[in-house]
Amino acid sequence: MTKSELIAELASANPHLLSRDIELIVSTVFDEITAALARGARVELRGFGAFTIKQRDARTGRNPRTGEAVAVGEKVVPFFKAGKELRERVNKRPTGRRA
Amino acid sequence: MFRSIDVSCVVAYASNMNTVTRAHLAEHIYTQVGLSRNESADLLESVLERLAVALQAGDSVKISGFGTFSVRQKGRRIGRNPKTGVEVPILPRSVLVFRPSQVLKARVNGQEPGIEDDAG
Repeated sequence: MTKSELIAELASANPHLLSRDIELIVSTVFDEITAALARGARVELRGFGAFTIKQRDARTGRNPRTGEAVAVGEKVVPFFKAGKELRERVNKRPTGRRA
Repeated sequence: MFRSIDVSCVVAYASNMNTVTRAHLAEHIYTQVGLSRNESADLLESVLERLAVALQAGDSVKISGFGTFSVRQKGRRIGRNPKTGVEVPILPRSVLVFRPSQVLKARVNGQEPGIEDDAG
């Protein structure tokens, strides 16, 4: 599923809303999560999951093509941890054999 | 009755500025789109539910400019109880992984997206 498919699904489930508004809603959700992470906040959506940022130390990497050492500065990476309910839903698909 | 619910939301909003919750996101939808507060909260829930349904079906969800959620199959492996050292089998399972887009990675590092990124 892509963002535009998500918008299309929501639009057909909510015929009383303009698809422009649906688009704005979806963008607002992801833009606000991005903005929160950018200011160092975490986003916690119970049942769905939590978006946080993780600090990565500076390290010496290597250019995989040339083997040359490259300094990689410290950085921050976005991280998502699925919530309990979503984790269980994803794992409970009928295809997998479960004991 | 509704008033007391509203007040508790405002308190929760103010008490922890470091954690963004459904209430905050719904509030942004409310101010951006001009739907009622209730409908804003419902729409936020529908967004999350649609994502969950797709992932539950094993689909991956790609949100351009944000990232990709996908379901990865993990095989059976032997784990160990770290406290007792007893070996326990870890059964095959499906786990959710999120790969942030270049744009999101740049944003959290305080960079303008689009300078050195290749894919959105």
